[in-house]
Amino acid sequence: MSSDIGQQLCEQVHDASKTGTPLSIRGGQSKRFFANEVNAIPLDVSGHYGITGYEPTELVITARAGTLLADIKSSLENSGQMLAFEPPSFGADATLGGTIATGLSGPRRPFNGAARDFVLGVRCINGNGESLRFGGEVIKNVAGYDVARLMTGALGTLGVITEVSLKVLPKPRYETTLIFEFDLADSFQRIPRWLEKPMPVSALCFDQQRLWLRLSGTEEGVKSAIKRLGGENATDASQFWHDLNEQKLDFFAKSEPLWRISVPANSRLPEFDKQAFLDWGGAQRWLHSERPAPEIQDRVSEVGGHATLFRGVSGQHGVFQPLPAEMLALHKRLKQAFDPRGVLNPGRMYAGI
Amino acid sequence: MHKDITTSRATVDKRAVLQQLYDFLPVSAVLHEAEDTRPYECDGLSAYRQLPWIVVLPETVDQVQRVLSFCHSQHLPVVARGAGTGLSAGALPHEEGILLSLARFNKIIDIDTDNRCATVQPGVRNLAISEAAAPYGLFYAPDPSSQIACTIGGNVAENSGGVHCLKYGLTTHNLLQLKIITLEGEALTIGSPGLDAPGYDLLALMTGSEGLLGVIVEVTVKLLPRPEHTQVILAAYDNVESAGTAVAAVIAAGLIPAGLEMMDNPAIRAAEAYAHASYPTDAAAILLCELDGTAAEVDSQSVQIQELFKQSGAVDVRVAEDEAQRQRFWAGRKAAFPAVGRLSPDYYCMDGTIPRKRLAEVLKQIGELSAEYGLPVANVFHAGDGNLHPLILYDANKPGELERTEEFGGRILELCVAVGGTITGEHGVGVEKIDQMCVQFNATELAQFHRIKAAFDNEGLLNPGKAIPTLHRCAEFGAMHVHHGKLSHPELDRF
Repeated sequence: MSSDIGQQLCEQVHDASKTGTPLSIRGGQSKRFFANEVNAIPLDVSGHYGITGYEPTELVITARAGTLLADIKSSLENSGQMLAFEPPSFGADATLGGTIATGLSGPRRPFNGAARDFVLGVRCINGNGESLRFGGEVIKNVAGYDVARLMTGALGTLGVITEVSLKVLPKPRYETTLIFEFDLADSFQRIPRWLEKPMPVSALCFDQQRLWLRLSGTEEGVKSAIKRLGGENATDASQFWHDLNEQKLDFFAKSEPLWRISVPANSRLPEFDKQAFLDWGGAQRWLHSERPAPEIQDRVSEVGGHATLFRGVSGQHGVFQPLPAEMLALHKRLKQAFDPRGVLNPGRMYAGI
Repeated sequence: MHKDITTSRATVDKRAVLQQLYDFLPVSAVLHEAEDTRPYECDGLSAYRQLPWIVVLPETVDQVQRVLSFCHSQHLPVVARGAGTGLSAGALPHEEGILLSLARFNKIIDIDTDNRCATVQPGVRNLAISEAAAPYGLFYAPDPSSQIACTIGGNVAENSGGVHCLKYGLTTHNLLQLKIITLEGEALTIGSPGLDAPGYDLLALMTGSEGLLGVIVEVTVKLLPRPEHTQVILAAYDNVESAGTAVAAVIAAGLIPAGLEMMDNPAIRAAEAYAHASYPTDAAAILLCELDGTAAEVDSQSVQIQELFKQSGAVDVRVAEDEAQRQRFWAGRKAAFPAVGRLSPDYYCMDGTIPRKRLAEVLKQIGELSAEYGLPVANVFHAGDGNLHPLILYDANKPGELERTEEFGGRILELCVAVGGTITGEHGVGVEKIDQMCVQFNATELAQFHRIKAAFDNEGLLNPGKAIPTLHRCAEFGAMHVHHGKLSHPELDRF
């Protein structure tokens, strides 16, 4: 199944740029809750879909932006491969374009890499309505600036992503999750000692009661790690990791705003840590809190991190950690370089870009 | 779109510039006599030479800031340089500009074992990071072949790879944070000590930007646990196609080796004569497959891969029996470039990437081009990730031979683009491949690159003339190709 409306999308953006009409880029709308709201005329990319190239032995898949993430995952699954950044879907309608535009990654991220690490190339439409291609379908490519990765996580503010090439990896043959009855202090002590050893860890989180550790690789490699680590075998672990990734664990069922805190993994934030869910070995923490944004963001920036209001109230603004003035100025110049009339998702990331 | 820097600078008096540099740099940090600046006239691609106008060797970040804001105010081009081991003339000096050497920024600032990262100055050698991390059982994964000499600042600027990037990624996959100085002399922190940062992914944009966007003064890299066990398997084939099939079979079986290298017969014979690696010199191609991990993992994968190699038609499969033999297997591959260098007065190393499935066809066409130009070629291939290094043998003392070699090399790169690959896998564009950028990208894409550049450096003073060709240059390049009577790829956009 495929449909190519690339030309039509270019024309829509081109027309919008002539009149300076802001557009709100949409795929499956599964991540509409995320980032700042944009009130603008919708530009619907969901009609631009289809896997245009997949060669398992080249470890590369290319698909149009409106392709359902679920379709990509099942194609890969059929060849024993996967998206190793384990992107969350947040809904059955999630598309590849939205996955890359938001740049979100799942539990495997600290060990295998983030969405941006697997992006090899993109086709996109800049704010002038020009279709551009950056990167490509090969794993090693240093020709030109790395615009494909720059587009990842840019929330459509620099270009409408229309096609993406991703590096894919073989699914691990063997997987086990171990559970340890540790407290927070124990976890902080154990995690760095474990991770400095060469073990096939593929996920590591602390839910305030237990430390969950997933091992993925060859049967021999996983078993020898189990011998070294101890712990108890978790049952139904794949459901647990899925629910963590999709924010369906009980932890996420609170009504207070949900903050995403990104910090060096071993940072201590005593004000928040006892209420937080620590994923990514501590590098990504989820926190429900009614505290004012500056209180959370200032504290987190003291340890070199940043905080995002991941799920708040509808119509939200100012969800991302404010940028230093000179950095915001650079962002504005880059926005200008790609979208001089400011028509692509204006304000979705920051006011003014 | 850029100001014509040549005319605006014509009136600048070198002595006046030196006087102003001495205001904030010690005399020992400024070189301007030819005998002192000569060592900086080229990088690893010595076919391109240009004596620098002035070389500065600052020692502090403040001095770098003042050099850059000075260049900005005086409209002086500035070229940053690390160890000068690059292979695309990316650090070629500007005849009327400042060459900014970061060689004195050679300190390892911090090794953080709890977060497995190292913060270092840009002039620290790639290998020195792994050496400093070794006592903690950690290492820095990207390992370009020049790792003993090349510096991390240059690695970031070029997004360097290495033989292990199929499994461990390129420089861009192994960075956390950069501190850069803009042309205006402003300090910016890009990335974060965590796994991501708010805003655009400027870490990706800076990595591989070849010194056109800013000057790197500090780098924080990820460190990984050193694998417990390593094994190397050598397989010999009597035809290149089978070796290519074997590589695909390994990937299809769900295996990602740490390294997977291929050499063709001329490269095998050269390496064997030089390094005595006990390679089978009658083979059409050999594969070197390195596995790493725990002993249990490596052993099981090794058995599987040996079987796959045999099934795909290997005439000989050998497993390194001990560390000495493993080193010997690698010694041949690592010595391939100097070994080829012994066969001929000069050699020219190309760096394209292709989809692996097109390998046999591309090697065949390179063979045909080799006959057409009358220049022999040996091929070394990072087979796992499709990165091909054809080495063209030539003699620079024969009039016109370098020019023919460059043209031949250009045709190889255009061939890489035509089969769906790229003109540079890891060496960068620099000056060398700037014309082939016109083949890889169309005018709108190049214009977009120029607008990105202008967001950082509106006057085009940072490393001018490198990496991104002007549209004017591409127009001339297109005309030249027609003049030769062979438009290589009529299906591609021309302008």
